[in-house]
Amino acid sequence: MLNLGRVCLSLALLIALYGIAASLYGASSGKRQWVDSGRRAVYALAGVLTLAFVVLEAAFLRSDFSFELVGSHSSTTTPTFYKATAMWSSQEGSLLLWVWLLALWSSLVLFATRRRLREIAPYATAVLLGFAAFFVALVVFLASPFELADPRPAEGVGLQPLLRHPSMMVHPPMLYSGYTLFAVPFAFAIGALITRRLSPDWIAATRRFALAAWFFLGLGVLLGARWSWSELGWGGYWAWDPVENASLMPWLTGTAFLHSAMIQEKRGMLKVWNVSLVLATGVLAVLGTFLVRSGILESIHAFGASTLGKPFLGFIAVLVAGCVVLVLTRLGDLRPQGRFESLLSRESIFLLNNLVLVGLCFVIFWGTFFPLISEAVTGQRASVGPPWFDRYTVPLAIALVLLSGVGPVIAWRRATLRNARRNFRLPAAATAAAALALMRVPGVWRQPLALLMFCAAAFVLAVVVQEVWRGMRARRVMSGESAPVALASLLRRNRHRYGGYVVHIGVAVLFVGVAASSTFQHVRDIRLSPGQTVSVGGYEVHYLRATSKLSPEKVTLGALLELRRDGRRVATLAPSRGYYPSRDPSLGPTGRYFDGEATSEVGLRAGLRRDVWTAVEPDVGAMRRMIDGIDRRFPLAAGDSATVMLGAIGDRYEVRPPPASFRLIVSPLVGWIWLGGMIVAAGGLIALWPAPSAARRRTSAAYRARLGRELSRA
Amino acid sequence: MEFVLSLLVLAAAVAVIAAPLRRGRAPDPAPDAEIAALEAPKEAKYREIRDAELDFRTDKLSGADYRALDRALRAEAIELLRQLDAAREAATKEGSCA
Repeated sequence: MLNLGRVCLSLALLIALYGIAASLYGASSGKRQWVDSGRRAVYALAGVLTLAFVVLEAAFLRSDFSFELVGSHSSTTTPTFYKATAMWSSQEGSLLLWVWLLALWSSLVLFATRRRLREIAPYATAVLLGFAAFFVALVVFLASPFELADPRPAEGVGLQPLLRHPSMMVHPPMLYSGYTLFAVPFAFAIGALITRRLSPDWIAATRRFALAAWFFLGLGVLLGARWSWSELGWGGYWAWDPVENASLMPWLTGTAFLHSAMIQEKRGMLKVWNVSLVLATGVLAVLGTFLVRSGILESIHAFGASTLGKPFLGFIAVLVAGCVVLVLTRLGDLRPQGRFESLLSRESIFLLNNLVLVGLCFVIFWGTFFPLISEAVTGQRASVGPPWFDRYTVPLAIALVLLSGVGPVIAWRRATLRNARRNFRLPAAATAAAALALMRVPGVWRQPLALLMFCAAAFVLAVVVQEVWRGMRARRVMSGESAPVALASLLRRNRHRYGGYVVHIGVAVLFVGVAASSTFQHVRDIRLSPGQTVSVGGYEVHYLRATSKLSPEKVTLGALLELRRDGRRVATLAPSRGYYPSRDPSLGPTGRYFDGEATSEVGLRAGLRRDVWTAVEPDVGAMRRMIDGIDRRFPLAAGDSATVMLGAIGDRYEVRPPPASFRLIVSPLVGWIWLGGMIVAAGGLIALWPAPSAARRRTSAAYRARLGRELSRA
Repeated sequence: MEFVLSLLVLAAAVAVIAAPLRRGRAPDPAPDAEIAALEAPKEAKYREIRDAELDFRTDKLSGADYRALDRALRAEAIELLRQLDAAREAATKEGSCA
C-alpha cells in the first residue's frame, strides 16, 4: 500500500496546484465554472488525503514495518491506542495530519459559502489551497510518510516514551485543528482585501470557524499543560517552553479577534485592526507548526525537531510580506464607518481587552524569540526564563481577568456613570467580601499579586451571576416563564453573549488555579531510604518500600509512598521511573535499558483543594556494578535469559534499594486549572452551537416587521 | 491491485473536479454582490437592536438612553433597508434589460 499512499500525495499536490490556478483564473475571468472546479478541487484534495491518512493509519494498526515510519515510531508491543495515534508522533505523520485537517475544514467552509461571498471565495480557495500545496509539497519531497524500509525490520522501535500519555495523543489533533481552522478566516480576510469587499460579511461567514479554531487550540494547549503536570517529571504545567508559547500566541490574538470582530460587525470600526489580527493569527498558527517542526529553539518538544526550518521560514516570510503589502495598499478601503461615542462603552472595554491580549502575545513572542534576537545582535545566544515571563504576564493576566468582568456590565455605544455605578455596586461588594475573607487565610495578604487575581476572579463571578440573574428576571417578566425555563431560553436565544460569560468564569477559575498553585506551592527535593519520613506542605510522606516491574517494553523502578496528614493515612502513592532500552548495539543486554530513554510516572493525589505530586529518581548509578557485571558475563543474552537477568536487577532493587531522590510538591488549587479549562470549553460549545434557524428567522422577521412599519410611516 | 486502486482514485478526482467544466457555462444564480454586502450589516443591525434591548432590560441602560439609542439604531436599520431595496430594484432592472 506504500505506492497507493505515494500516489495519493502526488495527486494531492497536483490537485492543490490545479485548484489554485482554476480559482484565480475563474475569479479574474468571471467564469463561474472554473471557480466551481477550483472549489471542487478542495473536496477532491480532502478525499485523496483521507485515503492517504487511512493507508498510513492501517499500516500502524497492522504493524506493517515495510513502512519505514511505522518501524521507527511503533512496535508490535505498543498498545493499540498508541499504535492508532503514533502517526502524529512523527514529523511526517504530523505534517500529513496538518494538511488533512486543513483540507477537511476548507471543504466544510467552501461548501457552506458556495452560494455566498461569490467574489471573495475564489481567492480564499486559492489561499487555502496554497497552504495545502506547501504542506503537501513537504510530505512529497522532504518528509514522506510512505518511505520503504529496507531491510524490513522484524520489530519496531516503539513510540517515544514521553508521548505515552492519553492526553498527549489527543493534544496534537486538537492543536492542529486549531491552527488549520484559523487558516479559514485568514484566507477569507485575504480574499476580502484582494477584492476590496470589506463589509463584515466575510467575518459573519467565518465566525464559527474562528470560534472553533479558538476552542480546539485552547483545548490543545490545556491538554499539553495536563501532560506536562502528570507526565513530565519536573513538577509543573507550564514552562514557557517555545513550543508551548507558540500554541498560546495565536490563541491570544484569536481571542482578541473574536472580541473586536463584534465591534466591526456592529459599528463598522476597527477594520484595519481586525484584518491585522486575523492575518497575524494565521501567520502565528504556521509559526507554531514551524517552531515544533524546525528545532530552531531548544524545547522539551525536541523530538519534533528536523531540517524543515528553511522551507517554513520561506513560507512565513512570503505570508508576512503578502499580508503587509495587502493591508498597506487597502488602507483607503479600511476606513472606519463609525467612531467611539464614549470612553465608557463596551467597545472601549473590548479595545482595552484587545490591547492586553496583544500585549501578552508580544511579551511571549519577545521572550520566545529572545535567544535568536540576542544571537543576531550580540553573537551570543541568551534566553529568558520563567521569572522574566512572569514579571510581565502576571500583571497583564490580572488586567485581562478584571476586564472580562467589566465588559459585561457596560452597555454598547454609551454607558452612563450612573448606570455603571448601579451595575458595579453588587459585584464590588462581593469582591470586597471575598477580599476580606481571603485576608483571613494565612499568608495570602503577603502575596498582593495573587490576592489581586483572586479578587478579580471574584469580581468576574459576581458580575456573571448578576448578569444571568437580571437576564433571567427580564425574560420572566416578558414571557412569564418559570425560572429554569427562562434561564434555558435566555441561553438559547443569546448563545454568543452567555456562552462568552461562561468562558469568562472559566478563565477566572483557571487563573485562580494558576495564581494559587504558583504562589503557594511547597516543593521539597530530598533523598530518602525506605522507612524514612519527610514533611512537606502539611503532609508527612513516608517511604514504605522500593518497587520494580518488568514489561516487554521497559523496566520500571519506583517507590511506594504513604501520605499522611495529621497522623492519618490519606493515600498511597506509587511514583516510578520507566527505563526504555537503547537501540545502541554496543551496549550490554541489561545496561542498554539504563542507558536508553527514561520517563517519570508521577504519583499524584489530585483534588479540588490541592494536589500532592511526587516523582522519584532511583539511583541507578549505585547498581551499576551489578548491571555491568551481568553484561560482562552474559554479553549475548537475549529474549528470556535477558528477561531473567533484568528481573534479578529488579528484585535486588526491591530488597536492597539505594537511597532514591524524590521531588515532592504540594500545590493548592491545581485542579482549578483543569476545572476552569472545562468551563471555558463548555462556554465555547454554548457559543458555537448553532441557533435554531427557526428562532433566527422569527427574530429577523419580527425586526423586519417592526422596521417595515416605521419605514411606511417615514 | 494498488495500480488499479490508484487509477480509480485518479479517475474519481478528475470526475469531481472536471464536472463543472463539462457542464459548460452555468447560469450564475448568485445574488448581486451589493445586495449580499448589505445583508450582513442588516443582520448585524438587528442583533444590535436586540442587544440594546437586552442591555436595557438588564439595567445597563436607563429608559431615556435606551429610547434614544433604539431610535438611532432603527433609523440606521431603515437606511440599510432602503439601500437594500434600491439595490434589489437595480438588480431587477438589470435582469430585465439583459
